[in-house]
Amino acid sequence: MKKNFLFISCEEAKHICDKSQYGEATGWERIKLTIRLTWCRVTKAYSKKNSKLSDVIEHAEVDCLKKDERNKLKKQFEEELEKHQ
Amino acid sequence: MANHQLNPNNWIDLYSDYLFNYTISRVNDRAMAQDLVSETFLAGLKSMNNFKGEASERTWLVSILKRKIIDYYRKINSNKGKAEVRMTYNNDSESEGDWLEERVADPFDKTAEDKLENTELGNAIYDCLSKLPEKQAEVFKMKTILGYDTETICNELDITASNLWVIIHRARTALADCMEENWF
Repeated sequence: MKKNFLFISCEEAKHICDKSQYGEATGWERIKLTIRLTWCRVTKAYSKKNSKLSDVIEHAEVDCLKKDERNKLKKQFEEELEKHQ
Repeated sequence: MANHQLNPNNWIDLYSDYLFNYTISRVNDRAMAQDLVSETFLAGLKSMNNFKGEASERTWLVSILKRKIIDYYRKINSNKGKAEVRMTYNNDSESEGDWLEERVADPFDKTAEDKLENTELGNAIYDCLSKLPEKQAEVFKMKTILGYDTETICNELDITASNLWVIIHRARTALADCMEENWF
């Protein structure tokens, strides 16, 4: 078995951590991340901070305009702006 | 001291999401929230001469929006009877006592304090989002707030998946740092 079979770099661990916030990390990636989390303090700190951010955003229930909604708003406003200038 | 200036050319890009989030948490109707935000920008445009420069552009627009929201509630409550609280309980003896259960507080129901905290939290998130580069903020909002899948965002913005994750990583790191400084 290769030594680096289960080893991932800190950057890769952060990448998997980001993906898992959106439920897009595979099972295998999550296993590799879990192993890294047992010994890497940097990954652990990043993971904690990242999860906290996800919790906060979910708790705040923030919303924003969809692209088509924003474009519609922009078009309406620009028409008025043109008349105004 | 009057040192703030208005630049309506940037209003939509800079404030539309903030104002929309502010509105939707108060009117709970997506279409109505969009209308109110649109009306706010138009009213801002018409009353630009009244801007004294004492408040920031965003604060000034929010003050207009607040009046629009109050007007909206006045309007929907103006028809007689709409603001009345109606309670109808059964006279049927078999269901006697059912009203007690109906009146018991729902533990999942949000209290006013919860809503207030959420609104403040939402404002703090938007304050931090406004500090991000435009592209980072856009990708983050699409992915995290609107919940679009990776492929849709990549197609819409013409970026690769690995590019998307780099942007998301930078945005999340900056946001977490900013929130840690201002909220956590």
